[in-house]
Amino acid sequence: MSGLDQIFVGIGHGLAGWAPASVRPLVAAVLEIAGIMAVFGSCFALTTIVERKVLGRMQNRYGPNRVGPCGLLQPLADGIKMLTKEDIVPFSADKTVHFLAPLALTVPVWLAFAVLPFGRNMSAIELNSGILFFFAIGSASELAVFMAGWSSQNKYSLVGAMRAIAQMISYEVPLVLSTVPVLMLAGSLSLNDIVAAQGTYTFGGLARWNVFTPWGLAGLLLFLIAATAESNRSPFDLPEGESEIIAGFLTEYSGFKYALFFLGEYLGLFALTGLAVTLFLGGWHAPFQWLEWAPSWLWFGIKFGALIFLFIWVRATLPRLRLDQLLNFSWRFLTPLSLINLLVAAAWYWTGAWKSAAAPPVRWLLCAALIALPYHWLGQALRGASPPPRKYNYAE
Amino acid sequence: MLNEIAFLLLASLTLAGAVAAMMLRNLVHCALCAAGAFAGLAALYLQLNAEFAGFAQLLVYVGAVAILIVFTILLTRGAEIQPGGTTASPSWWMGVPVGALVAACLVGSIMSSPSLLRLPSQNVQAPVKSIGEQLMTQYIMPLEAIGLLLTAALLGAVVIAMREPPKSEPAAR
Amino acid sequence: MTTPLANYLILAALLFAVGLAGALTRRNAVLVLIGLELMFNAANLNFIAFWRFNPHPEKLMGLMFVLFSIAIGAAEAALGLALVIAIYRHRRTAQVDQFDSLKG
Repeated sequence: MSGLDQIFVGIGHGLAGWAPASVRPLVAAVLEIAGIMAVFGSCFALTTIVERKVLGRMQNRYGPNRVGPCGLLQPLADGIKMLTKEDIVPFSADKTVHFLAPLALTVPVWLAFAVLPFGRNMSAIELNSGILFFFAIGSASELAVFMAGWSSQNKYSLVGAMRAIAQMISYEVPLVLSTVPVLMLAGSLSLNDIVAAQGTYTFGGLARWNVFTPWGLAGLLLFLIAATAESNRSPFDLPEGESEIIAGFLTEYSGFKYALFFLGEYLGLFALTGLAVTLFLGGWHAPFQWLEWAPSWLWFGIKFGALIFLFIWVRATLPRLRLDQLLNFSWRFLTPLSLINLLVAAAWYWTGAWKSAAAPPVRWLLCAALIALPYHWLGQALRGASPPPRKYNYAE
Repeated sequence: MLNEIAFLLLASLTLAGAVAAMMLRNLVHCALCAAGAFAGLAALYLQLNAEFAGFAQLLVYVGAVAILIVFTILLTRGAEIQPGGTTASPSWWMGVPVGALVAACLVGSIMSSPSLLRLPSQNVQAPVKSIGEQLMTQYIMPLEAIGLLLTAALLGAVVIAMREPPKSEPAAR
Repeated sequence: MTTPLANYLILAALLFAVGLAGALTRRNAVLVLIGLELMFNAANLNFIAFWRFNPHPEKLMGLMFVLFSIAIGAAEAALGLALVIAIYRHRRTAQVDQFDSLKG
């Protein structure tokens, strides 16, 4: 069904064909940018309402349902509110840095969408070192958090910014390390190559996604945990927890600048989710070979939506972590596990040369044991003393 | 033509960032301008087809070294400088002419060098695969040495910057 | 590729000079370290420019040097900043012209 599959590529080529040949690459690039911004901008609007409704349903209440049918026009109301609020800047704030911080957060995050392959032939740029570009751009947004916190000249903002930066740099290590097995076994840093390496099918027509291997499953879980922490989402949202520190580094921002920060955070989440889909869930491939007739961008969208739902579910379920628990979790649990995951991926690669018929389940069990046992031991070692048995005092 | 414009833009951004980093009074502004200069340099590397180096520069310098500098400024109360104090050390009248002299010597030797006649090679690419192969074959010794160096630097930085325990410990442990 | 080699080399030389002048002039230790990093980066730019204009760019020597140089520069910055923090704890100041006694 290559017509529907390539429909966006075809539209892009058609529109760019009207431009004179000298500016055609520029027009094509502008069309791609406009497409990405339109799709992910509306995805942001949709996610704000979907998140609130899903959170509400999980907490046994309706979410927003006044504005429009089932509350679907709520983003419009939110947008009007944000844009018409007064933009208050504190008197002693550093005006230039205060103004530039939301921009410094949002611009690198938009850049990160350029390398994600949304469908067959549908990545905006094909870079040889696509993943390195993604992580480099992601790390550039940490400075924006500091700029926001420091320029407000507010102690709460500064403490919140320091906590946010400590959290983000701590969780960058498991984030990058958990993607290294994927790069090792795909043999390339280019995201299109990684998706292509997951494109073959094995017994029963099941796709060879990376998540169906032990190192891929562990890698996906590590990546998702680190991505939750990198986007400052619950249960890692200490930097902006409302009951902890007012709004952390966002305290002195209102109106459009706050909306830009909000947008930047959600877009960062979308970019990391898109990367998780690309690296571990097979990108735009279908799960089974007999489902290949559906358009590739539809499969990307379905997996993307499933992961976003997972993030919202985790937010509704888990309580917030304290800062020292958060940092301990990253440095003493996730980082060693990511390193062990590398060894597991290497073991998977070497046992790939086994030729016997019983090889796949044995391989799977061996590699799963290689990651599950350290997980159990490390968890036991880091748990610390369990509390003494409870004593109940009953009223007499 | 587009290449020239891009180079002029990036070069002016980088130089402006560097000069601002060395001349501004507010330390945090200096650090942010230095981060801007590093980012401009990363873009210049990308213009020179050194993709891996450009992204590594962004990841390391803007994502880590700039944040380190900012943290140090905050931990050493650099942001609370009184506006009355001078920013320049007492020997600033020596520093600026030395810099100008070095610039003059370097530019003079550049302009009179025969390597200015070099033409850019066509189809230059540095695929990550070949970088990896060379790292594992020709440059394996520097790679291992860098591993040791980074481990030592990490441990050393943590030990040096660690807060000492409150009670005094004997000098020889 | 129309920008000649001289442009990149002159930019690198100017960056080096700015970093050097700043490192020699400013009082605060952190700014001296920023000047050092600028000098490192100027040298890296030089290497990359010469690699690009090399008749044999597939040898990747300039690129490799720069990768190692970036790593070493980062390690040195981390150690230098840790030293500044440690000295600040003892002397309560980060101005280089007050690190003038061998006592303590």
